[in-house]
Amino acid sequence: MRTDRLVLGAFLALLLAVPAILSPYYVTLLNYIGLYAMVALGLVLLTGVGGLTSFGQAAFVGLGAYTTAALTTATELPSWIAWVGASPWLTLVAGLILTAVVAVLIGSLTLKLSGHFLPLGTIAWGISLYFLFGTMESLGGHTGITGIPAISLFGWSMDDGGEIYYLIWAFLLLAMLTTHNLLDSREGRAIRALKGGRVMAEAMGVDTARARMVIFVIAALLACASGWLYAHMQRFVNPTPFGVHIGIEYLFMAVVGGAGYVWGAIIGAGVITVLKQWLQDWLPSLLGASGNFEMIVFGILMVLVLHRAREGVWPILRKLVPVRAVQKTIDAKAETLPRRTLPKAGELILEAKNVTRKFGGLVANNNMSLEVRAGEILALIGPNGAGKSTMFNQISGVDTPTSGEVLFLGKPVAGHDSREIARMGMSRTFQHVKLLPTMTVLENVAIGAHLRSGKGVLSSAWRLDRAEEARILKEAAWQIERVGLKDHMYDEAGSLALGQQRILEIARALCADPCLLLLDEPAAGLRFKEKEALGELLRKLRSEGMATLIVEHDMDFVMNLVDRVVVMEFGQKIAEGLPDEIQQNPAVLEAYLGGVE
Amino acid sequence: MDFSIALILGQDGITNGAIYALLALALVLVFAVTRVIFIQQGEFVAYGALTLAMMQSGATPATVWLLVAMGVLVTALDGAKALKAGQGRRAAGVAGWNLAYPLALAGLLGALPANELPLALQVVLTLAIVVPMGPMMYRLMYQPIASAPVLILLIVSVALHIAMVGLGLLFFGAEGQRTPSFSDASFELGPLMVSGQTLWVLVVSVLLIVGLYQFFERTLYGKALRATAINRVGAQLMGISPALAGKLTFFLAAFIGALSGVLIAPITTIYYDTGFLIGLKGFVAAIIGGLASYPLAAAGALVVGLLEAFASFWASAYKEVIVFTLIIPVLLWRSLRSHHVEEEE
Repeated sequence: MRTDRLVLGAFLALLLAVPAILSPYYVTLLNYIGLYAMVALGLVLLTGVGGLTSFGQAAFVGLGAYTTAALTTATELPSWIAWVGASPWLTLVAGLILTAVVAVLIGSLTLKLSGHFLPLGTIAWGISLYFLFGTMESLGGHTGITGIPAISLFGWSMDDGGEIYYLIWAFLLLAMLTTHNLLDSREGRAIRALKGGRVMAEAMGVDTARARMVIFVIAALLACASGWLYAHMQRFVNPTPFGVHIGIEYLFMAVVGGAGYVWGAIIGAGVITVLKQWLQDWLPSLLGASGNFEMIVFGILMVLVLHRAREGVWPILRKLVPVRAVQKTIDAKAETLPRRTLPKAGELILEAKNVTRKFGGLVANNNMSLEVRAGEILALIGPNGAGKSTMFNQISGVDTPTSGEVLFLGKPVAGHDSREIARMGMSRTFQHVKLLPTMTVLENVAIGAHLRSGKGVLSSAWRLDRAEEARILKEAAWQIERVGLKDHMYDEAGSLALGQQRILEIARALCADPCLLLLDEPAAGLRFKEKEALGELLRKLRSEGMATLIVEHDMDFVMNLVDRVVVMEFGQKIAEGLPDEIQQNPAVLEAYLGGVE
Repeated sequence: MDFSIALILGQDGITNGAIYALLALALVLVFAVTRVIFIQQGEFVAYGALTLAMMQSGATPATVWLLVAMGVLVTALDGAKALKAGQGRRAAGVAGWNLAYPLALAGLLGALPANELPLALQVVLTLAIVVPMGPMMYRLMYQPIASAPVLILLIVSVALHIAMVGLGLLFFGAEGQRTPSFSDASFELGPLMVSGQTLWVLVVSVLLIVGLYQFFERTLYGKALRATAINRVGAQLMGISPALAGKLTFFLAAFIGALSGVLIAPITTIYYDTGFLIGLKGFVAAIIGGLASYPLAAAGALVVGLLEAFASFWASAYKEVIVFTLIIPVLLWRSLRSHHVEEEE
């Protein structure tokens, strides 16, 4: 028996037994914890995993609660909508749809901008909705709406706390399971790349703006479902629990519990809820006045957590429970992913024409032209600051040229998104290694196969993606083996030496099955034997018909490997030719060694 | 609505807009220099206004005890560090500014009949209490994690905002306060009656903006802050301490906040939690300026003030909703203009 299943089983058995063992007071407390944990779970996904945050989650809870409250209690609704009020289950669907629409609207306004515009936008949204709830007569103003019916399921009406307890926790566990599944999938890897790996993810074909939207909408939907449950548990709603300050409290729960962990949501909701109860009893008598003084403690507690234990409580607790992480298995029998047919050797793959890129007065690339053919390795060399990496960025869509043209497979690509270019078959590595240090080597490489697979969020969440996932992992494992990192497959990528990290980037690029490979200083930091192995690999790829453009400073490595060389200095091309010619070229010698006075 | 009502609303709008402009400038400054989104700006407004009100009611403003507590913590941290390094004079300096100064101020307030002092002195005392909290807050809360991602700094700001609101309730109670006007004079300007307080707000705002401009253009410290805003690492390599830049920025922001509070306390009733909404309107203005442009932020502040004034006439219940909706077109415009994906700091 796996220890993780044993611990989980014990936890579930305990949950099931709670209403029979504990007094109604504790059941109610657990109901609240469950409701809050559901909202906090959304923030785990958004903040801990995705590196975004929202202070407006309470408003989404309110949207769910008020939708069901208004629809199930109203008597004078127009007939096109009135039928929804017949059952809380229909109003749940209505609330979820409404929430999704609002979340998409807010998201499309803010998610393309820097990460701090979303939280600021959600503060404004949270305040606006709170005022709307409070002022709209049809929603009962500040007194709210009463007389909300109980939820019933197959004739079983959940009237009291002990009954709805099961529904709340079933919802929460389902949400946790789907979130857990989602994170361990193709879409999940894309989401996990959002924090600190957006440029890389885009270069691997991930639409990061969409991935941000996905997690924002999921977080909003979780909040909405929590609101729906809340309304039917309380049987009345008013605006108070949906203000911005409660939204901030939800964020506290996620951060205190451990924003990077699914279980952190429950822990955080538990800690904050219990602490709040306790402080509310205790602080006013201590301070001799009544008010929400627990907020002082929460605020300072929060700062301390962020100073001392940014990962929250969960990672500390987890060490106490003897659960080992389960290693992924590679299914050798899985079908291999389809491969593209490489163009015939000698066919023109990439053509840059008169590319110029200016940054203000600085001309980083001036009138640069080069071409790369299938089955050829072209080296782009030049002293530091010559503009080689800028040129790479123009070609791969990370940046847009000021003027000039880039043709890839005959189509203009200058100014296009890097993921569009990646889809056409260009794959790259980065001069400053860009990988996700806490993910395993296997998972890092698997991101490369993003565009060769297509299972979406829903299939991932409900495990309908396993066949495809096995194919992705098999491909990733093969590429890792091919570049010689097999022994490190399950190590954290951040634990590798810098040279190995560069090799990992090559495996990731190959995992995308490209026809053009852009390598930015792949040999830097490699030992002699590793360089030899890399050279072998690149020769083998060339013989298969791969076109390769390589920036490299190690001249031995370059001159023994490549077919042609382009030399840059001060943003311009100063020479082009066969390796032997370049080594004799006076302009090149001057650029590298300095002229003779 | 006739012309005279429009004039009155316009006057209200410009008065509030001037305050929002000050706050927006402080927000842009703090974000540019330290990457901190200064959510608690509004609390400095409320603390300024309510400290003055408490002083005028004859009580010792409770905020001074917060200042003492923060000072003790700073002294414990920095003083111990300086002593360990054998820098006795430095330790004495730390203790002087962070321990002796707050205690002396508390003693002074206890001894003086502060409610009988002239208004100008009361204002000075208020600023003397509230403004040093800015740099102390930077030292205690932000300096240890100065290189953390913007998101973490933002969450810290929100946490501090929450704590400051709670403390505000503890210090000042739930009652709202309004302080007497700086001047009872009023002027007739055609059909319009301009109150002395309005003039005060406008004149002080303009002076402050001009003063800040001079500070950033002409002084070494101002230039150091600008350098830090443009390139943090580069500025550090040139010998500009990021900790000093942070403290200086927070000093300015706290000064602007507290002064704004003192200025508007005679115009509107301030509660312990009023600051949040006022600060957020400064934010709306700052967002209009993309959290980067000072002139755009100031212009945005006037738009926010005017919109708020006219919204309160036409649809007063939806006033806040309308003001916060203003950021939608701005965000839309910025969103449509952004192309390439950038890594978050």
